[in-house]
Amino acid sequence: MQPSGFSLAGAFAVLLALPGASLAEEATGTQANGNHAPEIARQSWSFTPPFGTFDNAQLQRGFQVYKEVCASCHSMRLLSYRNLGEPGGPEFSPKAVEVLASQVQVSDGPNEKGEMFQRPAQPSDRFRSPFANDQLARLANNGALPPDLSVMAKARPGGPDYIYALLTGYHPAPQGFELAQGMHYNEAFPGHQIAMPPLLSDGVIAYTDGTKPTVDNYARDVSAYLMWAAEPKLEERHKTGARVMIFLIVFVVIMYLAKRTVWARLKHSNATHGA
Amino acid sequence: MAHPSSYQPSTGIERWLDARLPIMRVMHDQFMVFPTPRNLNYWWTFGGILTFMLVAQIATGVVLAMHYVPTEDGAFDSVETIMRDVNWGWLLRYTHAVGASMFFVAVYIHAFRGLYYGSYKAPREVLWILGVLILILMIATSFMGYSLPWGQMSFWAVTVITNLFSSLDAVIPGLGTRLVEWIWGGFAVGGPTLNRLYSLHYLFPFLIAGVVALHIWALHIPGNNNPTGIDVKSPKETVPFHPYYTMKDGFALLVFILVFAAVVFYAPNFVGHPDNYIPANPLQTPPHIVPEWYFLPFYAILRAIPNKLLGVAALLASISILFFVPWLDTSKVRSTSYRPIYKWFFWAFALTCLALGYLGSQPPGGWYLVFGRLFTLYYFAFFLVVMPVVGKLEKPRGLPGSITEPVLGPEHVKGRPARAPAKRKPEEVA
Repeated sequence: MQPSGFSLAGAFAVLLALPGASLAEEATGTQANGNHAPEIARQSWSFTPPFGTFDNAQLQRGFQVYKEVCASCHSMRLLSYRNLGEPGGPEFSPKAVEVLASQVQVSDGPNEKGEMFQRPAQPSDRFRSPFANDQLARLANNGALPPDLSVMAKARPGGPDYIYALLTGYHPAPQGFELAQGMHYNEAFPGHQIAMPPLLSDGVIAYTDGTKPTVDNYARDVSAYLMWAAEPKLEERHKTGARVMIFLIVFVVIMYLAKRTVWARLKHSNATHGA
Repeated sequence: MAHPSSYQPSTGIERWLDARLPIMRVMHDQFMVFPTPRNLNYWWTFGGILTFMLVAQIATGVVLAMHYVPTEDGAFDSVETIMRDVNWGWLLRYTHAVGASMFFVAVYIHAFRGLYYGSYKAPREVLWILGVLILILMIATSFMGYSLPWGQMSFWAVTVITNLFSSLDAVIPGLGTRLVEWIWGGFAVGGPTLNRLYSLHYLFPFLIAGVVALHIWALHIPGNNNPTGIDVKSPKETVPFHPYYTMKDGFALLVFILVFAAVVFYAPNFVGHPDNYIPANPLQTPPHIVPEWYFLPFYAILRAIPNKLLGVAALLASISILFFVPWLDTSKVRSTSYRPIYKWFFWAFALTCLALGYLGSQPPGGWYLVFGRLFTLYYFAFFLVVMPVVGKLEKPRGLPGSITEPVLGPEHVKGRPARAPAKRKPEEVA
């Protein structure tokens, strides 16, 4: 037993030391390294699993925020206008979707003369991007490239919580913080220096449904909208999931009973063998 | 267990077929009446679960392949098209992506079960070796599959892993670089690389299916090991596979699917990485390049070695050492339940794998690296020192006279009851 006891003590020492050491490392990492991702506070959303659904009115307001503010720099190239009217989304009426699309001019062609031309967008068109290419986008934004927002809510740790924290995270830089030219201090952004200026302020977007036009509400609504954009089948997934889970739970119970019944035969024959 | 065939063709058609292709006889003998030890616990249900997972991955994958576009410009967007515009595409893709993780959960449990109960020992060495081969094919397949969405993690994981081959430059200058360029199909990871990864990702599951057939064949010659690790001595100690184990495996499979479905429907991106929703960008390296969770222990071993070539060698050795386990273990008994000293080393090894997994997800510096090296050392010492030495020195606890002795009641076994004794009543195990 001697070797066993020895190695056991060693193993325990190693295991006990592990969490302490890693915690210490993490703490020093946070202080030393400004790029460490800051803590993102969790928000309560209507769409949290297992039964959550999107709040259509909130998504409509969020789309409004995107259209009036974000869309001047950020594309959403994976979405089409028709998506705005589909179930499980903002669910604009078909008429409203057509109107929303037709407000935008998109380029089409070439026509029979071999020329490209402009026409009002149709619901089947993809969202028009604000810049023709990345180079133009950088040129207009002081060298920074505004990322596409189609799947943004899944492309950052924290998802919608992070987007909300970012949009409400603009504060004056703390004393002694070196802010590069043209950059803005943001608590949620890794490294705290973000090229995007704070564009939201109370009242910049006129809500028509009585919701208070505050930065907090704008940020919340547009985060929910981006979550829908990134995961447009979320409602369908939650609904299907509930049905599948009920089916499986019933099936598991039946299967367990079947298994027990079959194995009970064996117990009988065991008893006779044993006797 | 080789056993005489009990198939009785009852109709003319069956007799006709049996004389030409006795497939019904094989099905009957191997999957209906196949004598199976009656004391198998629930850890033995993962073979069936893995078979299901392979079929599920192939079925979902074949449909996904109908909609996927394996080009640099098309890959990311086609995956999003599947998520948005393909009927039930989101379900197919999430089932396939989460399925890869569930596949590894099952295969690791299956492998650890084999390791704990000594299922690799004679006469099951070939069975074990084929299992290790399947594991290696699975690792390759899942790595290639993870590259296909062509997000940031896909791209950079391919870059990091294919670059491992360049370590061969240390052996013959230029060899590694040549090899990597040959693998890439160019001078950097790009479209040609994606295309070949896609082609091979479609091929490998069928190789796995072939080796699985051999694995099952190799199982059906000696028959199942069992929790006592002692040989079956009489037909009374076995039950026909159907209905006993079809029902038991079926129940376990459904519980597994329940967990699988809960992840697919309620946390489908839990096992993924947010960076993979950013399209691949060769000009921007992500701050942390982390592999999928199931590769993390191997990744920790790779990074524990300061020399690149030796690190790659250690990575390859950490998996291929499993091939030699049947001969590294010198113990006369199979089941760890009857090995009082080895048992501690075994659980320390299990913890080592978990610790390496954690360390693989952390930046390789400071204490992480120190512990990464310590655990890497134990990982190899377990196989190269513990297995041969403890097997020789240790005096195993008394084995039961037959596999049904613990089945009929643990009070019949001398000494303490086994750590994981076979239970007579299935509901106690459940």
